[in-house]
Order: sequence, then structure tokens, then C-alpha cells
Amino acid sequence: MRAILLIVIAGFALTACGNREQIADGKRSYQGKPDSQPWNNEPLAAEYRGGKWTKGDRASWETDIKARQLTQHEYKRIDQ
Amino acid sequence: MARMKFLCDAERCIECNGCVTACKQENEVPWGVNRRRVVTINDGIVGAEKSISVACMHCSDAPCMAVCPVDCFYRTDDGVVLHDKDLCIGCGYCFYACPFGAPQFPQAGAFGLRGKMDKCTFCAGGPEKDQSEAEFKKYGRNRLSEGKLPACAEMCSTKALLGGDGDVIADIYRDRVVRRGKGSEVWGWGTAYGPGKPDAQPPAQPARKS
Repeated sequence: MRAILLIVIAGFALTACGNREQIADGKRSYQGKPDSQPWNNEPLAAEYRGGKWTKGDRASWETDIKARQLTQHEYKRIDQ
Repeated sequence: MARMKFLCDAERCIECNGCVTACKQENEVPWGVNRRRVVTINDGIVGAEKSISVACMHCSDAPCMAVCPVDCFYRTDDGVVLHDKDLCIGCGYCFYACPFGAPQFPQAGAFGLRGKMDKCTFCAGGPEKDQSEAEFKKYGRNRLSEGKLPACAEMCSTKALLGGDGDVIADIYRDRVVRRGKGSEVWGWGTAYGPGKPDAQPPAQPARKS
């Protein structure tokens, strides 16, 4: 009984001698606060010339912002 | 959606600094910090002067992000590189790593105290509640959440500075170049590094040590 107990204690004690893997895996991640997505906001009122999309719908926000980007193309300007 | 990018057309930029002023005004950027600036080469030489507007280029493989010891940088789903000012320790590594000099540090106090880093956010705010006062004070206005593009690009009078999805603004620029009467020769090695001498050979590779 005493011998078994000694073996168990020795087993626990030897775990401290283990060699853990210490090589960096190269994966680093952002440690700060989470950010929200632009399409999760209500569009501004029309007089502020914001976009028109459905809150939470990424596709509609992207369609809207793309239309705004195309206004920079003076040969294809759509609303100015 | 690809990635949000800026593109400055050197043939159109007239060094008016309207983009710099628009950025300053829109984001209430403090004195001494310039998120955007206009760089001119061959200044004063008639016919050879070119200007471009430079800010954070929101790199796809951002060096600032790679060197930050506290990992305060992140990239949004639209490809905008942002950072958390609550986490930033103002060490300046990002400033040394950035090839565009985009990270800025407010200088306050008598002993050159370096504050937390500030840079162009593509008018996308930061990690605070969208359109909140906290977000505005720390990062400036969040125009993307209002369905708008960065103020600098939208204010550019000659539309030299384009901002938006990389594919869209590249198409706009390509269309302009073609209308100017140029074609594929304006892209590639010759444009980036000059035509070189006729019949030039590539430099000899140094012998490898075995």
C-alpha cells in the first residue's frame, strides 16, 4: 500500500519535469474590444444624404455603398 | 465586397490640400497630427511636378499589425485596418514599420511625451459603439456606418483621390487612363521602374556559396 502511494506521489511530482511545446504557432489575434459592422446601423434621414439600406442586411449596404463609389466616376455619374 | 482602398491619380492631383483639410475638419484631428498629407515630387520644376495624397493605405498584409506588441490592430470585413486606442501603448513600432508614415503620435507635454497612435480610419470609426460620442472623440467620424465614403475622397475637387472597393476604383481609374489615350503600357514594370536602356540585360546573380 505504501509503495503504491509512493509511486503515485512520484508520478505527480515528475509531471513538473515535462517539456511543454514552446514554439510560437505564428497565429496572433486582436486583443482589443469587438467592433460593430456598418450595416448594423439605421441609414440616416434623407436630408443628410446618407445611404438607403436595410438594417442588418450586408448585401443591401454593399449595393448602396457601391452606388456611392460609382459617383466618383464622372463619365458614369448617376445622381449628380 | 473586396477591400476598401484609396487610389490617388497623380495626373489629376493639384496639391490643393482639400483632402487634408476635409480629414482634419471631419474627424476633428488634434493639432500636430495629420492623418492625410499631400506629397509633391519635383516641386517647382515646370512640367515635372507630381503630387499624390497619402494616408493609411489599409494594407492587405499590414506591417503595423505584424509588429504591434500588444496586438491592438484588426481588419474589418471591408478590409479597413483599425486599432483599439485603449490597448495601444504608444510604443511607436507601427510608425517605424509603416512605409507610408501613416501612424501619427500626438506630442503633448514638455518632455516629448508620446500619446496613443492615431491614423486614418477610412472614416470607419473604431471599436466603440457606432456613431457614439466615445467613438468620435477617439477615432473620428464613422461615415461608412452612415453609408458614406471617406470625407477626403468625397471632397476631392478633381476626383484625383478615389476611395472605395478596390475593384470599383481600379475600374474607374482604368477607364480614365484609356480615355487619355493610353493603354496597357501604363501598368507593369516599365511604368513602375522606367523603360530602362534598350537591349539592357538583367543584373548578374551573385555566385552562391556552397
